[in-house]
Amino acid sequence: MDPLLELLLNAVVAGLLLGAFYAAVAVGIAIAFGMLDIPNLAHPAFVVMGAFAVWLLNDAFGLDPILAGILCLPPFFLLGVLLYQAYYACFESRGENALQGLAFFFGILFVTEVVLILVIGADYRTVAAPYIGPNWRIGGIDLPLRMLVPALVSLLMIGGLHLLLTRSFIGRAILAVSQDPLALQLMGASPVRTKRLAFGLSIATAAIAGALLIIIQPVEPSIGREFIGRAFAVVVLGGMGSFVGMLMAAMVLGVTESLVATLFSPSWAPAIAFGFLLPTLAIRAGGLMGRKL
Amino acid sequence: MTGDAPLSRPPMGTLAFWCWAAAFTGVVYLAGRWVTNDYVFFAGYIVLQYVLLATAWNILGGYAGYVNFGTAAFFAIGAYISTALNKWLGLPLPALILAGAAVCGLIGLLMGGLTLKLQGVFFSIATLALAIVTQALITNWEYVGGAAGAYVIRPSRGPLGGSYVEYLFYTMLLLATLAVCIARTVERSAAGFGLAAIRDDEAAAEAAGVPTMKLKVATTVLSGALMGAAGAPLPFFVTYLDPPSAFNLAVAVNTIAMPLVGGTATWIGPVIGAVLLSIVQEAAMVTISSAVNLLLVGLIMIGFITLAPNGIMGLLRGRRR
Repeated sequence: MDPLLELLLNAVVAGLLLGAFYAAVAVGIAIAFGMLDIPNLAHPAFVVMGAFAVWLLNDAFGLDPILAGILCLPPFFLLGVLLYQAYYACFESRGENALQGLAFFFGILFVTEVVLILVIGADYRTVAAPYIGPNWRIGGIDLPLRMLVPALVSLLMIGGLHLLLTRSFIGRAILAVSQDPLALQLMGASPVRTKRLAFGLSIATAAIAGALLIIIQPVEPSIGREFIGRAFAVVVLGGMGSFVGMLMAAMVLGVTESLVATLFSPSWAPAIAFGFLLPTLAIRAGGLMGRKL
Repeated sequence: MTGDAPLSRPPMGTLAFWCWAAAFTGVVYLAGRWVTNDYVFFAGYIVLQYVLLATAWNILGGYAGYVNFGTAAFFAIGAYISTALNKWLGLPLPALILAGAAVCGLIGLLMGGLTLKLQGVFFSIATLALAIVTQALITNWEYVGGAAGAYVIRPSRGPLGGSYVEYLFYTMLLLATLAVCIARTVERSAAGFGLAAIRDDEAAAEAAGVPTMKLKVATTVLSGALMGAAGAPLPFFVTYLDPPSAFNLAVAVNTIAMPLVGGTATWIGPVIGAVLLSIVQEAAMVTISSAVNLLLVGLIMIGFITLAPNGIMGLLRGRRR
């Protein structure tokens, strides 16, 4: 194969795998921000927290990172429920959720990061697993398992969430509260209870996303910041709460970043998300496929 | 809800306020001539820099209710424009400040024009992303040192006599006072009432004939320009500038925490918040680690947002009623 073509193909495949991982980070924001209108800026910090929880379990008991991520689901769900309760009591019920709510989540983001630095330290941490290291090579294209496994787990998680939201009773209630909370209330269901469950779910996804993050790369407490712009760009570009749109947007972002990193320099990669976000906000605020803002 | 003077006395006129502010600056300048310990100027510079940043943030965030998370970006751009122009042309400090303010005002115009049509939360997310992208750009800008950073030579003497740090302190004093005067003038003007209407109910403001888009963009430009001016003297203050120190998260958090702690409705809130929080941090910096210090600011901020949403001024006013 032509070396340049091989290089480009490799970059595209690596970008698709990376994009699938970005979707795992963004899915929590798609639920919280896209469906519930809760601007949870702190989500990437919870992803990093998940990564450190997985690191602790892996380091102390030798647990598989993905299994450790699954074990972290209940405590993270509970954390989300409690956080929503605080958010509701302080902002939503008072009707002042714009300025104060944003600043609240910004504060949570900041405090989580500092607490992680104080408790765990500012060093990079890694996990051990059999699929970190080996590399499949199919027709000149590299498929590092370190990227392939997280991508598959991410797609499984998003697929599962999609089924849960569209097929189950509580899932449909969550979709209903995202569309019209008043109508839900008139049907005799409590929008607050539904939103609490949904927000718990959104924070729970951070545990899995954290496990995937620490499989892909070494993690230190402030790394979450790099994903804020990316994750929100993916959710906005994907149309605020549409899972299919979000997956497409994440893939587009992943491939573009990977191509730019291959052809120019990896240090430009964080700028790409902004390059997507700004025109989306300015021109087509509804995203690739989704509701109007 | 604007205006904190008691009802019996009419509030001070804008001209009178500017005169008092000028007199205050003059007194501090004369008092400063007696001070020989440079630490006073170092500490004072930090406090005034935060007064300037908090006031600049509050013009948009407090008056109009649009949260800017990108303070670090505007601040760092001001600092790097100043570094670059100093290296290229060796311009004097006032010219560097003007240049930093002009570039940041322009960026405010672009950001505002593109994102202020949507709900405020999208503007906030765009500013958060702006901080990240600017850091990537500046890390790749080799002329000003790139990722490695650059040394800036601080002259030993200031143009007014005394050390250069003393000169930087007076410059920042002037900028901070100017910003407070501008903020108060905006607050009491027709534009200020328009902004307050936007904050309370944007659709109603638009329907009542407030030129919402024009006001919001103009305010973003003003706020951004002041933040850029705050960053321009930084290279001479720190003498070594690299992306992590210019894009310090502490700057972004402090700038938001200070108005929220002081109270966002009036010009005095950010000033009180900035003075209090920067003194607390200066004291904590000496006694405990810098991470605990930042944790303290974060917790104070969350505490105020949840328990006292109108800040210290809101608490004081609540007591008076």
